[in-house]
Amino acid sequence: MATLTHHESATAEQLVVTDGARKTFFAIIAAGVLVLILGILAQVMGWGAEEHAAAAHAAGGHAAAGHAAAGHEEGSSVLLKRIIVSLWHSNVFFLGVSTIGTVFMAINYVAYAGWSVMIKRISEALSAWIIPGAVIMLVVFIVGRHDIFHWTHEGIMDKMINGKPNPGYDEIIAGKSGFLNLPFYLIRMVVYLAIWAFFSYKLRQLSLAEDQLGGTVWFHKSVNASALFLVLYAVTSSMSAWDWVMSVDTHWFSTMFGWYVFASWWVSGISAIALTAIFLKQAGYLRALSTNHLHDLGKLMFGFSIFWTYVWFAQFMLIWYANLPEEAVYFNQRLGGYEGRYTGMFYFNILINFVFPFLGLMTRDAKRQMIIMKIVCIAILIGHWSDFYLMFMPATLRGENGFLIEIGIAAIFLGAFLILFTRRLASASLVPVNHPFLDESIHHTT
Amino acid sequence: MTKQYALGIFDDEDVLLHAVENVRAAGVKIYDVFSPYPVHGIDDALGIERSRLPIAAFFFGLTGLSFALWMQIYMLGVDWPMIIGGKPHISLPAFVPVAFELTVFFTCHGMALTFFTITGLYPRFKVPVMDVRATDDKFVMAIELDETGSQYSRLTQLLRDNGASEVNQKEMTNN
Repeated sequence: MATLTHHESATAEQLVVTDGARKTFFAIIAAGVLVLILGILAQVMGWGAEEHAAAAHAAGGHAAAGHAAAGHEEGSSVLLKRIIVSLWHSNVFFLGVSTIGTVFMAINYVAYAGWSVMIKRISEALSAWIIPGAVIMLVVFIVGRHDIFHWTHEGIMDKMINGKPNPGYDEIIAGKSGFLNLPFYLIRMVVYLAIWAFFSYKLRQLSLAEDQLGGTVWFHKSVNASALFLVLYAVTSSMSAWDWVMSVDTHWFSTMFGWYVFASWWVSGISAIALTAIFLKQAGYLRALSTNHLHDLGKLMFGFSIFWTYVWFAQFMLIWYANLPEEAVYFNQRLGGYEGRYTGMFYFNILINFVFPFLGLMTRDAKRQMIIMKIVCIAILIGHWSDFYLMFMPATLRGENGFLIEIGIAAIFLGAFLILFTRRLASASLVPVNHPFLDESIHHTT
Repeated sequence: MTKQYALGIFDDEDVLLHAVENVRAAGVKIYDVFSPYPVHGIDDALGIERSRLPIAAFFFGLTGLSFALWMQIYMLGVDWPMIIGGKPHISLPAFVPVAFELTVFFTCHGMALTFFTITGLYPRFKVPVMDVRATDDKFVMAIELDETGSQYSRLTQLLRDNGASEVNQKEMTNN
């Protein structure tokens, strides 16, 4: 491994996205389209239809399913519904991971951290997906909100229609109309996305100006912008989790949910940064990146996997212990509900997001081995995508979920994400040459 | 048993780091280095092997986890079964917080005690200190001398050449 010696200073490194890499990204998209078409065919031809019918029937009469029956009356065909929900699911995941790039950078600025300078450009580039993600989010919400959000259904909050009692009236949802109403929801969504997009743009511009002009003024400006962003992100990440994820289960609520979603995004984002750093290193870039940087990223992944578990368990245990019907319905649906179709994923979720990174990254040597880090990074990314799957599917598709369409759409997102991500990575030097802490990062030891 | 040491006193950690490299390169075995705060890279420069403390920590943690599970299962499931919140006597989710806390408790206390025992930092009446200034603003490099102390003058020269501000000889009584 080529590393810099004591007295050699880092120079700009320009990433060249090879045709092979670009072909791989398009191949991922093509594979996604293929799987998607396969999934659509499977849905239309009714492969495994008996199972679906049985599950749907079970859900209708199932006490645990709670309000399952109510949601079925309105909305599109199962096929369209699955596509819309998967778009929303994958978009929430990729948009969240993308935003974590800016959050990670901001935290390092505010902490005056030096070690992370070497991987700063990766976190900057990760945020390239914020704008497309925001557009997709708005479009999917406007077009397909009825298939995702129970509370958007027409008339569900009206007690009387034309002077007659409305049979579709839902008192609990009507009680939440002060927060969950269309104009306020849209305003909130635009505000979150605008804040994230603005600060990721701002920090990127400051960073590029620093490359060109040098001096410490850019650093101090970045620290100020980061501090402001982190305060705003703390609020918006939590609120976006209620809006985009928790409100699919409109009747249900959990005070841990904001942290839970953030923990999922955060550990996935760090894994994405680590994975990219390893790929770049193995392709011969980032000469000054050493196993010490990798070790620190590994520690963060290890620690925040435990953090995610902590939050997940804090939510689970209180609901399990109190066993209040209005709260327990969430876990009833996921553990054994709908003919037990989510039970396997429920345990898989804990295994891949907690047990595997916990045991896999426990030793120092594991965190310093590229191959182990790579495997754990990929496992965490898949694991947290599945975690979001478990948040969305039982609430929206109930007994009609599947995997082909969902995985196909996720692959299309991944390919598109990688194209924009690498394009931004290649648009500036991989090493922020004028960052005041660059030397510290080069000599970083753990 | 009494042993003789040559002590090189350094004012600066960078000078010390280079001195450590040079002294070792000259074939001299360094007994230990004392500094007011942890110096980055000193372990590598001294050629100290990585500590096996993490392995001990893992087993302390395992002990804590097993103890916590055994304790709760025995107390709440066998010795004095109670129904709490309508749950079965032995319900694992309820045991997780205590299991977690005891794992951490056993790990950190076990590690601290192991560390203090192995490094000889446990409390005692007579504490061997090479040079008290190593707890303030000086860095001290200690080199063990043989019984005659014949290499002392050669070492003095070597240490001075490598930036030591003073060199002393010290007799220590090890227990």
